[in-house]
Amino acid sequence: MTQTTTPIATGANGRAPGSIGEGQVLTGAEILLESLRREGVDTIFGYPGGANLWLYRYLPDFPDIKHVLARHEQGATHMADGYARANRGRAGVVWATSGPGALNCVTGIATAQYDSVPLVVITGQVATVAVGSDAFQESDVIGVTMPIVKHSYLLQRTEDIARTVREAFHIATTGRPGVVLIDFPKDLQNGKAPFHWPEGPIKLRSYNPTTRGNPVQIRKAAELIDKAQRPVILAGRGVLISRAEDELLRLSQKAGVPVGWTLLGTGTYPVGTDLSLHMVGFMGAGYTNKAVLGCDLLVMVGMRADDRVTTKLDSFAPQVENIVHIDIDPAEIGKNVRPTVPIVGDAKQVLGEIEKLIAPARHDAWITQIDRWKEEHPLRYRKHTGVLQPQDVLVEMFKRADSQDIVVADVGQNQIWAALWWDFRTSGLFLNSGGAGTMGFSFPASIGARLSRPDKRVWCVVGEGGFVMTMQELATAVEQNADVKVVILNNYFLGMVRQFQDDYYEGVRSAVDLHVGPDFVKLADAFGMPGWRTDDVREVPRILDQMEKHQGPCIAEFIIDPEANVRPIVPLGAGLPDFVEEMIEEGF
Amino acid sequence: MSSRHRLLSLLVENHPGVLNKVSSMIRRRGMNITSLSVGETDDETVSRMTVAVDVGRAQADQAVKQLYKLIEVIKVADITEDPIVDRELVLAKVAAQRGDRSELLQIVEIFKAKIADVSPEAMVLEMSGPEDEVETFLELIRPFGIKEVARSGTVAMAKGRDLRIGVKQQRRSQPDLEAADEQRRSVGVLVGD
Repeated sequence: MTQTTTPIATGANGRAPGSIGEGQVLTGAEILLESLRREGVDTIFGYPGGANLWLYRYLPDFPDIKHVLARHEQGATHMADGYARANRGRAGVVWATSGPGALNCVTGIATAQYDSVPLVVITGQVATVAVGSDAFQESDVIGVTMPIVKHSYLLQRTEDIARTVREAFHIATTGRPGVVLIDFPKDLQNGKAPFHWPEGPIKLRSYNPTTRGNPVQIRKAAELIDKAQRPVILAGRGVLISRAEDELLRLSQKAGVPVGWTLLGTGTYPVGTDLSLHMVGFMGAGYTNKAVLGCDLLVMVGMRADDRVTTKLDSFAPQVENIVHIDIDPAEIGKNVRPTVPIVGDAKQVLGEIEKLIAPARHDAWITQIDRWKEEHPLRYRKHTGVLQPQDVLVEMFKRADSQDIVVADVGQNQIWAALWWDFRTSGLFLNSGGAGTMGFSFPASIGARLSRPDKRVWCVVGEGGFVMTMQELATAVEQNADVKVVILNNYFLGMVRQFQDDYYEGVRSAVDLHVGPDFVKLADAFGMPGWRTDDVREVPRILDQMEKHQGPCIAEFIIDPEANVRPIVPLGAGLPDFVEEMIEEGF
Repeated sequence: MSSRHRLLSLLVENHPGVLNKVSSMIRRRGMNITSLSVGETDDETVSRMTVAVDVGRAQADQAVKQLYKLIEVIKVADITEDPIVDRELVLAKVAAQRGDRSELLQIVEIFKAKIADVSPEAMVLEMSGPEDEVETFLELIRPFGIKEVARSGTVAMAKGRDLRIGVKQQRRSQPDLEAADEQRRSVGVLVGD
């Protein structure tokens, strides 16, 4: 038998970009790495283990692919998530070993999937002959993740790897983005096959997401906007995903339509203009909720209208004559709120088309009404109490951050405060776990965001509870010198839970006391990074100045009012009109 | 079909695990499957599933949209209100005593059923028809003593519009249905074309 193929590389020469030819025989691990490279992957977040060691064996042969060693697979998954959210286009890539490695990715997978973040997750699996035998570190990760992925593949032949990777990236990044998992048995990683890269666009007969809105529906929406006296637009994360901020701004300004946003839509529209509302819903700004309740046309774009937006469903915009709902996922349209004009399509294309059709308009009486609501229901907090308030810190932080920066928030009070005091005068990036509400998301996601966009400064706003959940990634942050400015708002409580217990669970504080925790300044020092702490409002600017100047990861711990609550809030079980505001005594 | 049942017809990739994905999607949305049948179509890469779910129309609409999101689902439609041909196959083992058998054979005759097997103790009857006919048939043979029943679940096919790959859904003529179709099409209920 004649030798017609190139021998397997030993790793001495490496696999430089462009060096692998069509038909060249490679190991499965090399085929995977070459396929990732051809998909434009520059960073993989991961953790090694028994069932992905062949991937690590060949990884050094691909020197243009950076590997970020997380300290826990959940951290790696959140990093890949933060990478993808900050990159706004590319999928994040994470890999892990089988069994516990794969299972540790589960929370991160759900977090990304719920917020429509494109992620390709590659899990090692036991050898094909051992699959189904309850082998050491075997888990049915396909089965476990089935309800929380967009799609998954179990590789069964080395020949299928390249095409599977190509399809996985296509599915993860198109339509409504999401998570695609590839389960990769270890014998296939070391099996050999000729490399064939499927050129040209991927065509799947069962997957053709609609991206262009129906022109008839678009015309109807434009007519409703022209006719409306009191229109409101609500923007969700779909606007960010499709990079439709400019189209949103143009449409809103041309037709004189005020714009509010969901938690995940924060950053889609500038704060502080005549047409700017703010966050809507359960913990939204009072004047935004008033505007939604008082409008005659509601245009919802790139959002799901979930229970955190609508509160009690029948209280959500009950008087609204017409609702236009634009989303790329038909399953989200009419799921909760029944629209008059449903439009399935990409936000950028649909908003752009609508903007062309509408007539320039102003709604002075409506804007005057909204201005009155802004005066009657402002976002406010108790200043000068002598106790440091979280907003004191955030206001100072937003003074230093500009809209080129990325702000990442965790989950809980810190998240809502950061969203409500969001103050960017142009569109910007605010990243948080909105759908899944995963505590511990922010810090690893911040590392991923920074590695994705080294040109941007990253501020991580987090409570002490959430930070402790994934603080092992301090090591990763230092190792990668990821310039993440961690702002810990420490109230020595699981604050949001404490607030709920006070207000809705008969005032019984149970399992929310976090007085025993690390000294975060010493913790920073232990990992070799600077740290600061204060409970004094006058110290806040000085510390934030130093954080701003510092290159590399750093931590500031702000000891805040333990009794500070999130306001406004719609009490549990109540409806949108029933929001409760911060009571502020006269004289402040 | 009772009024609460909706009949969904799906064309899916003939891959391992697709049945699991379809059934678990329906379970996840809190719906109960009352009948399900799967088989290859004339194209061996494609399977047809007929799923009866115990929900109202709005929920079925949502189920259709959710099912269509599964990458391996090629087409899906709620065919409950379409003119359809639906059939279920049932095998029933009846403890027919010698004296009973002629009466039993009359019922077999009426329902155009068949005798699949005869033994001294029992007869296996084979019958197919729409679900309600199958129910009636079982009701009538019950007094003879049913020992075992196996039912296939309903398979169904719309008479008019085709649920086929590459074939546009055919419009129905009534204007109101057409308007409803337009509305549903735009929210992706008649998905897959």
